Amino acid sequence: MAQIVAGIGCSHVPAIGVALDLGKTQDEYWKDVFKGFERTKELIAEIKPDLIIEIYNDHGTAFSLKSIPTFSLGVAAEFKPADEGWGPRPVPVVKGDPDFAWYLAESLILNEFDMTIMNEIEVDHGLTVPLSLLFGQPKEWPCPVIPICVNVVTYPSPTGKRCFALGRAIRKAVQEYKKDLRVVVLGTGGMSHQIHGERCGLINRSWDESFLDRLSSDPQGLTEIPLVEYVRETGAEGIEMVMWLIMRGALDEDVEEAYRFYHVPASNTAVGNIVLTNRSQTKVTT
Amino acid sequence: MKKYEHYTDIPGTYLFDKNACARGYHLNMFCMSLMKEENRRRFLANDAAYLEEYPLTDSQRHAVLDRNWLRMIQEGGNIYYVSKLGATCGLSFEEMAAAMTGMTKENYRKMMLSGGRSVEGNRSKIEQLELAGKGSH
Repeated sequence: MAQIVAGIGCSHVPAIGVALDLGKTQDEYWKDVFKGFERTKELIAEIKPDLIIEIYNDHGTAFSLKSIPTFSLGVAAEFKPADEGWGPRPVPVVKGDPDFAWYLAESLILNEFDMTIMNEIEVDHGLTVPLSLLFGQPKEWPCPVIPICVNVVTYPSPTGKRCFALGRAIRKAVQEYKKDLRVVVLGTGGMSHQIHGERCGLINRSWDESFLDRLSSDPQGLTEIPLVEYVRETGAEGIEMVMWLIMRGALDEDVEEAYRFYHVPASNTAVGNIVLTNRSQTKVTT
Repeated sequence: MKKYEHYTDIPGTYLFDKNACARGYHLNMFCMSLMKEENRRRFLANDAAYLEEYPLTDSQRHAVLDRNWLRMIQEGGNIYYVSKLGATCGLSFEEMAAAMTGMTKENYRKMMLSGGRSVEGNRSKIEQLELAGKGSH
């Protein structure tokens, strides 16, 4: 039986990828960011997932405005890093798991989540930067990754409640999968940031910290936050945080916060990272 | 705060909604074409000629030719698409953001290093007007 062993929330700021790719991790500006992810790298090495379901958004890269699916799922054997205007990131091709991905797509659709199926998609910084933060610069990523892409670019994005429910459906699908797999769900994006208009640079530390607290203590309450509140309180692009609620929905009610990191700034953005484990599993293993 | 419920009330913010998506369609699709190296080269060699291939409004065309990032957003550009043009012109997200606020690169970076722009006073146009009204009495 497959099981979800951890949920991780992680920003996907493109400039972090650029800093890593250009060897700037020890620069004064960046060193605290990379230091902050050291513990998460240790934890993920201990957790050793067999598979990652990564919730991310495409930034006008693979999807154009021609079609804007709200939820989509990658079933390909591999996903190449995209050229976002400055050349593709020098990172390994992301390997998928078509068997599991198709199983997941079927399960979600039959459980009332009408996923768009992606046979061919190039992945941008939204997907690859969190992998870099978790695994550094390996020759190959250590496990297959199933991309689940969420529209948070064209308003409205799906609501937090809908995202959380998708997480629940992912959890059910994983638990019913016959093979033994240790699955990590990675929710990416955020935290507060606004990168367009005169209000660029907005950061709301206290809102972000409360969001991190409530991922453990009050996830249901988080699902009630209206989209306009994300935009107003955390910046227009802070709305990406609804994707963390998919990750949270995939975990048990009762979770333990294994680690948290918060830092301002990375370029225009507040960087957040959290590692949550199911308390039921923590008890079994310790 | 509850009375400021609609996103159009948020200052300095141009949410990429149905109106922007329709208005900015070709502008964004032009930006997206710059994901190809060959197109970037052609654009940089003669931007005005390249733009002829896209049915942009005059205002959109001028915004692109002037590299006026805020104007592009106001004309329906979405930042993730516009960033392809930014990257083509050698600008990072941070530099584009600074330009949109009218701050210098250095001052914008300083603001970010000291914790970013506060949400206080930046939540609502109505709230800003009310506060300005009180201030003048």
